[in-house]
Amino acid sequence: MSSNKIRWSGWLPLVPALALLAGVLLVPLGKTFVRSVSNPDLTLANYEHLFTDGVTMTVLGRTALTAATVTVAALLLGYPYAYLMTRVGPRARGILLVVVLIPFWTSVMARNFAWIIILQDGGPVQSAFELIGVHDVVLYGTNAGVTIAMTQVMLPFMVLPLFSTLGSIDRKLLLAARGLGSSPTAAFWKVFWPLSRGGVMAGVMLVFTLSLGFYVTPALLGSPQQSLVAQLLAQRTTLLLDFAAAGALGMVVLVITLVLVAWANKVGGTVSALGVVATGQPKERV
Amino acid sequence: MTSQVKTRRRPVAVDPVPWWLKVFGGLVVAFFILPTLFVIPMSFSSATTFQFPPPGFSWRLYENFFTNPVWLDSLGNSFLVASLTALLATTVGTAAAVALSRLDGKAARFARTVLMVPIVAPSIVVAVAVYISFLGWRLTGTVGGYVLAHTAIAVPYVLVSVTGALGGFDQRLLKASASLGASPLRSFVRVTMPLISRGILTGAIFAFIVSFDEVVIALFLRSPLFQTMPVQMYNSVTVEIDPTISAASSLMVLAVTIIFILPQLLRGRAGRRQERRP
Repeated sequence: MSSNKIRWSGWLPLVPALALLAGVLLVPLGKTFVRSVSNPDLTLANYEHLFTDGVTMTVLGRTALTAATVTVAALLLGYPYAYLMTRVGPRARGILLVVVLIPFWTSVMARNFAWIIILQDGGPVQSAFELIGVHDVVLYGTNAGVTIAMTQVMLPFMVLPLFSTLGSIDRKLLLAARGLGSSPTAAFWKVFWPLSRGGVMAGVMLVFTLSLGFYVTPALLGSPQQSLVAQLLAQRTTLLLDFAAAGALGMVVLVITLVLVAWANKVGGTVSALGVVATGQPKERV
Repeated sequence: MTSQVKTRRRPVAVDPVPWWLKVFGGLVVAFFILPTLFVIPMSFSSATTFQFPPPGFSWRLYENFFTNPVWLDSLGNSFLVASLTALLATTVGTAAAVALSRLDGKAARFARTVLMVPIVAPSIVVAVAVYISFLGWRLTGTVGGYVLAHTAIAVPYVLVSVTGALGGFDQRLLKASASLGASPLRSFVRVTMPLISRGILTGAIFAFIVSFDEVVIALFLRSPLFQTMPVQMYNSVTVEIDPTISAASSLMVLAVTIIFILPQLLRGRAGRRQERRP
């Protein structure tokens, strides 16, 4: 039996998956790209329009700002949570982990509908603000509402890379710093934080990147006047039927996303973090 | 400061978890879980709007969900598409995972990365590209179109769970099986599959949920004759203001919670079994 034969037959079971992916995803994406640069001659006009139409850049900027806000919020909530996960017993850790994954696996429509109820005019959030004397707080139809709802579902992507990084830090280093007379705060910032930066970087990149492509949440909770890039893309496709322009915008979003993910993947095992979120199977390094 | 005081009182806790961190963790847990639970009281509302709190109790929304053909058809469509997707994605994904576990080198790593792309590619970009192509191929609004598109995005989930299960798989078993005269296919069915069945099952469940819950691509592929439940839910918020969505949401939350907890329990039991081994 030649080793060559093993090599080629070994690849055979991969063919259906790759063929399916090519047919459903790569060919349509390729065709979209070709359409976006042909008119029918080669042209970059569709891409130039993105910069000059006055709308696309504003929307892209707003999308980046929203994604950045979500990222900061997720970091502020996710870091202490991930830290707590490394400090509790295995049973409590298991519960905290399942809880993290619940929003990700809860029905997208149910989750967004719940946020509509909560944030709407006359809803529970408004009532709660009335109690403390703040009136007419309507988050429904605003980017603040969109940000809150997005943070909830993006948190797992922050917590899981952080959990795996924080869990691998030797706590004796902290105790050593304390023993040498530093305060808990100083010990944290000088010893623990620098060691956790890889996880922070991976989580930040991941949350920011995934936040760029949100469609359902801004479409349902935001306002058309404050639309994000996904809404613009949908609008150009289904309402304006301008497939070439939509394709150009789609390509820009896709390339930004893939470049950021590839970079994040270099910084810290992001794709494995995605796998964890996808299936809830963390590789514990504790 | 507090930790120092505690250290003196209880010498066991040298490095305690501060109380405020536990409180903070509790708040984050609430942020994860509580918002979605609002759909449950809503589903028993007697109102015809999304008014909260509900003005009165009624089973009307559930009644409407289970009698209105629009909702029932969309539910049936979702079940059909998700079942076929789970079947196809699990077959294709398992084959790919098994192949990748036996290959190494740059090409194999690249193939794995390519197969994971649907999980990171923004669903709106995928939806737009798929929509434009499927229009030309007359696949929009067809069961086949939905199943193909959903399978492409479900394969990574199968790949990850089966790869996880293969992590503890001893490749020498296949050599043993081959030396005893089994064909590669027979070896797979009789040796590999039983050992990674949990990963395959988990992958199938995830593929089913991914498809059943998928809304962005479904919004683009819908036709007046064929739409899935998430699309009907989307319509009921954007076009119709139909509070039946709260009954549908509650059922989805219930179903996904049960389905999601199931693999966790399976894994828990298997984990214990492993621990018990000497």
